[in-house]
Amino acid sequence: MLTKNQAQEQQLQLSDPIDRRAPLILGNPSFNKITEDICRPIEGKTHVVWWLYFFMAASILSILGGALGHLIYNGTGIWGLNNPVGWAWDITNFVFWIGIGHAGTLISAILFLFRQKWRTSINRAAEAMTIFAVMCALIFPGVHVGRIWVAYYMLPLPNQMSMWPNFRSPLLWDVFAVNIYGTVSVIFWYMGLIPDLATIRDRAKGKIRQIIYGFLSVGWTGSARHWMNYEKATLILAGLSTPLVLSVHTIVSFDFATSVLPGWHTTIFPPYFVAGAVFSGFAMVATLLIVVRKAYDIEHIITIRHLENMAKIMTVTGSMVGYAYCLEFFIAWYSGNPYEIFIFKNRAFGPYWWAYWTMFTCNVVSPQLFWFKALRTSPVAIFIISIFVNIGMWFERFVIIATSLHRDFLPSSWFYFSPTIWDILTFAGSFGLFFTMFALFLRFVPMVAIAEVKSVLPQADPHFEGEMPKDDPSPAPARKAVAESEEEGDLMPATAVARQGAH
Amino acid sequence: MPVIFPPWTNKLPLATAAFAAIAPVGAIVFFWYWGSPAFTDVGYQPIQPVPFSHQLHAGQLGMDCRYCHNAVERSPYAAVPPSETCMNCHKLVLKDSVKLAKVRESHETGKAVEWVRVHMLPDYAYFDHSVHLAAGVGCASCHGRVDQMKLVKQEKPLSMGWCLECHRAPEKHLRPKSEITNMEYDPVKAGYKPDEDPDRVRKVSQLAPPIHCSGCHR
Repeated sequence: MLTKNQAQEQQLQLSDPIDRRAPLILGNPSFNKITEDICRPIEGKTHVVWWLYFFMAASILSILGGALGHLIYNGTGIWGLNNPVGWAWDITNFVFWIGIGHAGTLISAILFLFRQKWRTSINRAAEAMTIFAVMCALIFPGVHVGRIWVAYYMLPLPNQMSMWPNFRSPLLWDVFAVNIYGTVSVIFWYMGLIPDLATIRDRAKGKIRQIIYGFLSVGWTGSARHWMNYEKATLILAGLSTPLVLSVHTIVSFDFATSVLPGWHTTIFPPYFVAGAVFSGFAMVATLLIVVRKAYDIEHIITIRHLENMAKIMTVTGSMVGYAYCLEFFIAWYSGNPYEIFIFKNRAFGPYWWAYWTMFTCNVVSPQLFWFKALRTSPVAIFIISIFVNIGMWFERFVIIATSLHRDFLPSSWFYFSPTIWDILTFAGSFGLFFTMFALFLRFVPMVAIAEVKSVLPQADPHFEGEMPKDDPSPAPARKAVAESEEEGDLMPATAVARQGAH
Repeated sequence: MPVIFPPWTNKLPLATAAFAAIAPVGAIVFFWYWGSPAFTDVGYQPIQPVPFSHQLHAGQLGMDCRYCHNAVERSPYAAVPPSETCMNCHKLVLKDSVKLAKVRESHETGKAVEWVRVHMLPDYAYFDHSVHLAAGVGCASCHGRVDQMKLVKQEKPLSMGWCLECHRAPEKHLRPKSEITNMEYDPVKAGYKPDEDPDRVRKVSQLAPPIHCSGCHR
């Protein structure tokens, strides 16, 4: 038996020596165990469930192919949009996806600069999700021009027409913002992957596997010099990405805010859009990771604590969004502008009332449920609420776009937008692209940053004086450890304490 | 750990990075030069059904452009002449020439000779010959020295940028009314000042050739 003092001392020893918090990774795993747990899905045989998931996602992706082919052949007339609702689902989907793409870089850049260690378990998957969401987002402005073979007009390229995009238009800034964001995200993600790809290379059994992962890991040897460069590059890229997280959705909001349309022409748009983007991004990360951690048995790496942190961020950003919704109404009234007042009354009580109240319920009410500890620590509850948030954030963009446009200044032009089957198939198909890419990511890329997670283990600290955990060759002891530690009501790994107590 | 790749592959990342930097610039330069009408369209010289020589008619014989292209001052189209116009002379001159067989046939049957169009603007670009002539733009400005061509070929790119060059600064390309069809006249060499010409009704500043989209894309 341990005395109370001894137990306390051991707990301190296992926890972070600086901030004295419980370790982030449960089950007191060894370095090797982390590698094994994360590499298993990449190195094992392809699971039949993965095949099922992949074929379903790929089938939906083929719907996207068909819908886009039909669109390119026939033009945007196949969609339900028409004057005065010239933007409808296309731009709604664009803003929806680009918003989702905000979580990854926020996690890997801003949380990195703030030294939030819990980001290490989720940053890889979140960044991958970001890149796939940006890919989905880029489709929509690309195809909504109708004649996609002249989509290069969006870029300022020298041409025989002596024609340039309008540099004063936020639509052009948007092209830059989104493309820079996509590029930096890919570079940041890939750079972070290099040490882990090298791990896969070094463990590879077959020649082809060795060559492919060897090629992708660009000669990483794990030398001190490589790690120094790696750390420097991470810091530089995090510094570059941080303003991008804020700028991209700010500029997306300018697409609306700089026009003189009631309901769009508001100064609150940039912060409101950024908060909404982070909100929806974290919701999507939570949706995906709750399933992934269960399916791949990494619940000791992506723990309840991680999910709880994400739920808290959702509550913060969801409250900001709710505040913005209310303030818009206040400003509409306070401005005394009859058109502004009309459009906001129309949003809530006009023909699109159902969309408005769907948005309001999902975005304002549902994240407030996370004030209850029982709900923000329950994966099932977080999963359901995050889905509602995703639905709500899609409706937010639809409400902003459709309600402001459908009541033109000229009442004879008033219009009620309804989507056609092609609107719906294109949007549904973009999920096919997203989930197909995510399936490939899960199968071929380490879904958690192995090297970074190891760095937050207690024994990674140079001042660690306790006993190194022994390799545990049994395949999945993690679940047991999690269950036990949760029963005891703290986040200390029970098995670790027990094992040490045996000495 | 055994090595997987030979040493030369150490250069691959650098080469890839260099390629990634150069490739987009290369692609832009490629399309900018080899994809522009100045490269693809200039020099277009299709074989015509009848070997009509502008060099002979407009050059050596000194016929005015407007003898055949008679609608050019009044209509958007310069007009390709009907075979009747040819036969005005060729009833008497070279009336049995083999080269003119198709013209005679057309004259008899009333079916037009199928000339191949050389200067082709896209359908979405509106162009009117008469306003350009009224403003004092000469034939040679857009069509080149047709009086020196045995077989007509496209000499100018007719690209949008090329049109805009003149629309933005027309004064260098204007000439007196009397010199419109004069192929040899060069307004810069002649030192022509449009605003000092008493025959011109409007000053250059009043011409205001459109440079907005719907000026030509109506």
